Amino acid sequence: MNYEKEEFFAPGHGLCAGCAAPIIVRWILKLAGPNTIVTNATGCLEVATTAYPRTSWRVPWIHVAFENAAAVASGIDAALKAKGEKVNIIAFGGDGGTVDIGMQALSGMVERGHNVLYVLYDNEAYMNTGIQRSGATPWGAWTTTSKVGSANPIGKLRPKKPIAKIIAAHDAPYVATANPAFFNDFKKKVKKALSIEGPKFLHVLSSCTTGWRHDPSKTIEILRLATETGLFPLYEIENGDFENMRITYKPKKFKPVEEYLKPQGRFRHLFKNPEYIKKLQKDVDEWWAKYGKYYRP
Amino acid sequence: MEVITRGAVIPEPGNSVENKTGTWRVFKPIIHYEKCIRCLICWQFCPEPAILLYEDEETKKKTPAPKEPLKRLPVVEIDYDYCKGCGICYNECPVNAIEFVKEEK
Repeated sequence: MNYEKEEFFAPGHGLCAGCAAPIIVRWILKLAGPNTIVTNATGCLEVATTAYPRTSWRVPWIHVAFENAAAVASGIDAALKAKGEKVNIIAFGGDGGTVDIGMQALSGMVERGHNVLYVLYDNEAYMNTGIQRSGATPWGAWTTTSKVGSANPIGKLRPKKPIAKIIAAHDAPYVATANPAFFNDFKKKVKKALSIEGPKFLHVLSSCTTGWRHDPSKTIEILRLATETGLFPLYEIENGDFENMRITYKPKKFKPVEEYLKPQGRFRHLFKNPEYIKKLQKDVDEWWAKYGKYYRP
Repeated sequence: MEVITRGAVIPEPGNSVENKTGTWRVFKPIIHYEKCIRCLICWQFCPEPAILLYEDEETKKKTPAPKEPLKRLPVVEIDYDYCKGCGICYNECPVNAIEFVKEEK
């Protein structure tokens, strides 16, 4: 059955105008259909879609705590297996609830081999509590806990945690990075993940108008630039087979990283020193020099 | 006083439709159907969702289109009860059929 024209995610939620998270969630639910149970880590998505006594979810949904979306999903999987029922189990977590706080629960879920699709919608900081840096915040980004000033003109001083690679190193059956601006690629990966038995992990980039400091109408445009500049590559790794990693999209001509950084207030300070931009460009060039050979359309 | 359900369970799916988030809007998207090629990109990227898809013959036919054959395709309408006016539809429309104007209240 194709449920793409049905909505399992209702309007009236409190997510900011221009937030990318509901676009991601809306489409994953459409592709999964009504036979789905969702677990949600604490975060913007959880808070803004289920302000008691109202919910935006039209599928069974549960939130327990910040760290255990994957653990709750594991329990649901165990229960359904015992009952002999086949249901899509999807866990949604932000970057805080996934790469930092929910890391051990997720690692355990993958190790135990639960039949769950874990979706990380990565807006690169703790946006719900007021833009604090997370393990997924990229180098050079301003946040309220990686402030920019004379003592630190850069912002966050550490690179992004390579979460997709970490989960792939668990030999998970399916790990992929995706971007809703590359819509067909995104849809394909969601469908593929749902068709595979066992633990699946999708790392989806999700822009945050409030924390990234950009115009709400530019959400998709900026997400597109993240991949067009090469900063957020789209790839998939199956069964931990890094040698057969597959990059699913490679820009014909890479855009300079400035084009991605410029519209975002969180990177504004980087333009004061051309060395910072050069460093980011060098990081991207090095990544593609090393992994570009895995481009297999 | 309202009684809280056990475990704060919300028994009614999707009842957030009671929150009319259209009041948030500062700018308002308006579709100019005479330019709309019915590609559905705005519907695809709407985060609310506040862009609704209509597939019934009546709506498809009665809505203007730049070319007559396009009237065979599904058409969208903006639900202003929920549209927060983010402008993603306006920014992504490939034929600039969506105008984005200051909301008048």
